[in-house]
Amino acid sequence: MAMAMGIAGSDAADDSVADVSVHLTRADRVELLRTMLTMRGIEQRALNLYRQGRVPGSFYDGFGQEAVSTGATFAMAAEDRICALHRDLAAHVVRGTALERILAQYMGRATGVTQGRDGNVHFGDKDLGVVGMVSMLPDMMLVATGMAMAFKLRGEARAALTFFGDGSTSRGDFHEALNWAAVQRLPVIFVLENNQFAYSTPLAKQWTVEPIERARAYGMPGVSVDGNDAEAVFEAVRAARERAIAGGGPTLVEAVTMRMHGHAAHDDMRYVPAELLAQWRERDPIELQERRLAAELDVAALRAEVQAAIDAATAVALRAPMPDPATATDGVFAEQAVPLGDGRAPWSGFARTEA
Amino acid sequence: MPELTYLQAISDGLRTEMRADERVFLMGEDIGVFGGAFKVTDGFVAEFGEQRVMDTPLAESAIVGTAVGAAVVGMRPVCEMQFADFISCGFDQLVNVAGKMHYRQGLAVPITVRLPSGGGFSGGPFHSQNPEAWFMHAPGLKVVAPSTPEDAKGLLIGAIRDPNPVVYLEHKNLYRRVRGEVPEGSYATGFDARVARAGDDLTVIAYGAMVHVALEATAPELLDGAAVEVIDLRSLVPLDEAAILASVKKTSKVVVLDEANATCAAGAQVAALIAERGFEDLDGPVVRIAAPDVPIPFSPPLEQAVLPGVERVKEACRDLLAY
Repeated sequence: MAMAMGIAGSDAADDSVADVSVHLTRADRVELLRTMLTMRGIEQRALNLYRQGRVPGSFYDGFGQEAVSTGATFAMAAEDRICALHRDLAAHVVRGTALERILAQYMGRATGVTQGRDGNVHFGDKDLGVVGMVSMLPDMMLVATGMAMAFKLRGEARAALTFFGDGSTSRGDFHEALNWAAVQRLPVIFVLENNQFAYSTPLAKQWTVEPIERARAYGMPGVSVDGNDAEAVFEAVRAARERAIAGGGPTLVEAVTMRMHGHAAHDDMRYVPAELLAQWRERDPIELQERRLAAELDVAALRAEVQAAIDAATAVALRAPMPDPATATDGVFAEQAVPLGDGRAPWSGFARTEA
Repeated sequence: MPELTYLQAISDGLRTEMRADERVFLMGEDIGVFGGAFKVTDGFVAEFGEQRVMDTPLAESAIVGTAVGAAVVGMRPVCEMQFADFISCGFDQLVNVAGKMHYRQGLAVPITVRLPSGGGFSGGPFHSQNPEAWFMHAPGLKVVAPSTPEDAKGLLIGAIRDPNPVVYLEHKNLYRRVRGEVPEGSYATGFDARVARAGDDLTVIAYGAMVHVALEATAPELLDGAAVEVIDLRSLVPLDEAAILASVKKTSKVVVLDEANATCAAGAQVAALIAERGFEDLDGPVVRIAAPDVPIPFSPPLEQAVLPGVERVKEACRDLLAY
């Protein structure tokens, strides 16, 4: 079903790529590309570090899915709040988490976002309004719903966003979150990252009714977009956020994409048909955005700039100390409660609003 | 000081904190217009409105999960499970999301989860449980269990003000059966043990409803004048190890009393603590009394056979005193 969708720019013979949002400046479009390049570059670097034995445990990435967290987070304001999953590294990049802290996080260093308490992409910078995931999916749908509930209780024009995957639509928290958010008409955006497989389980074994159809059954709009087009994801989330803060309630946005790597680094995903991967390889989200900007941007220079930043961050992260074993039992309990802080919100639309 | 029932003291604690702190709001099934299954929030909607006394969908995972979300953006949610038993449906959000949040990413989750717990009135296997040990075993959660009206109010206020997730066990069998003087106004009771009755000959360590069983079973006239000390733990996490060990040192004989199923219960942790750090002070085996490892049965003779009662505690104390 996903492959049947009409997708701007999916015809390889046509190099012109249609605009899908009138709300993006040229600088915004470049920023979307820069963010996707940063996500992919960091994950490639981290995968190398994993293979060198510098990343303990396993390694999860969002290769091929960069447009989803990039476009969705780009549509969120500084005072909004976000729950990010393991394929959503760009959410942290957009919000402003320093790259060396991300790389240190993968390596379990003391300077990582969780200071070695949790691994890989299980992190969120509390000072930037991001809550990290837990492995039980989709638990964060309820957390985001609760954030939105607080915003509504206090009469604040803010929204919460959570990502979740196709597999987690089978769990009860998916139902509880959609139902609750619709009943209370909460300003929350549920971004379904449909990457075709839950570990090895294909969609056909996950559901018979499309999630966007189910969204309507719960009483909210369900919108399906090309998850490999950052601008399309941005536009859908931007519209959902606008509705949310105007009191229109929740939206389910399905971003249709493909997991181009295994579930984690150990997984050779031989269960994925080669032709399916080949089809999706033609629709790489970064290449799409580069084609869009090719006429007006020195793409090679941007790539070099991003790579230099990743190289510098890697050097810093590699010099960072491992955590002191004596601190392993510290921090189980809080001494005080400090709520989440605001993150970076680079979209030009917010700057105009504030001006 | 006014005399209140245990249930009225819980209501008083909630009302006091809601008046003092607009971040505090209540979530639960049937707690709003209906006032709650046990009427703890009776009349609250009239004073605080339906938004702060929120009737939720029947969804325990969502009650806990949305409370976490509200808490990390600055609210102080108080969740009511209609019965403690139903927290099993919210277990994942409590244990994996709330409990581990601060350790993992330094983000505090100030939520209170009220659990109407305990048996003694033919509630059967799904309305009688004492699930505290599940949460003692989960890092990052505090667990408190008041036995008196004064502590019911003070521990609840302490739980709401605590920057961590706090599991608050309120024993259903105490709701209307126990009355006591309750200070007016706002006060937070510390998460530590209290001496419910001082004595030199033997210590009974208990919490919640079992404190009352312990006091009744160890009245001096029942035990040939023996002076039995009763420690009311009040808090299970943190566990007041100093108070436990001090009493062991004083009396050298200990009965540990739980209403919960015996295996890995709070009392097992207390017994382990005494074995590890109070061994030299003992003058007899640590005696445990708890419910056997069976679901709490419905029919009164079966239920009474399972729940620890006055006679069983009295006999255990008598035997240990004679040791």
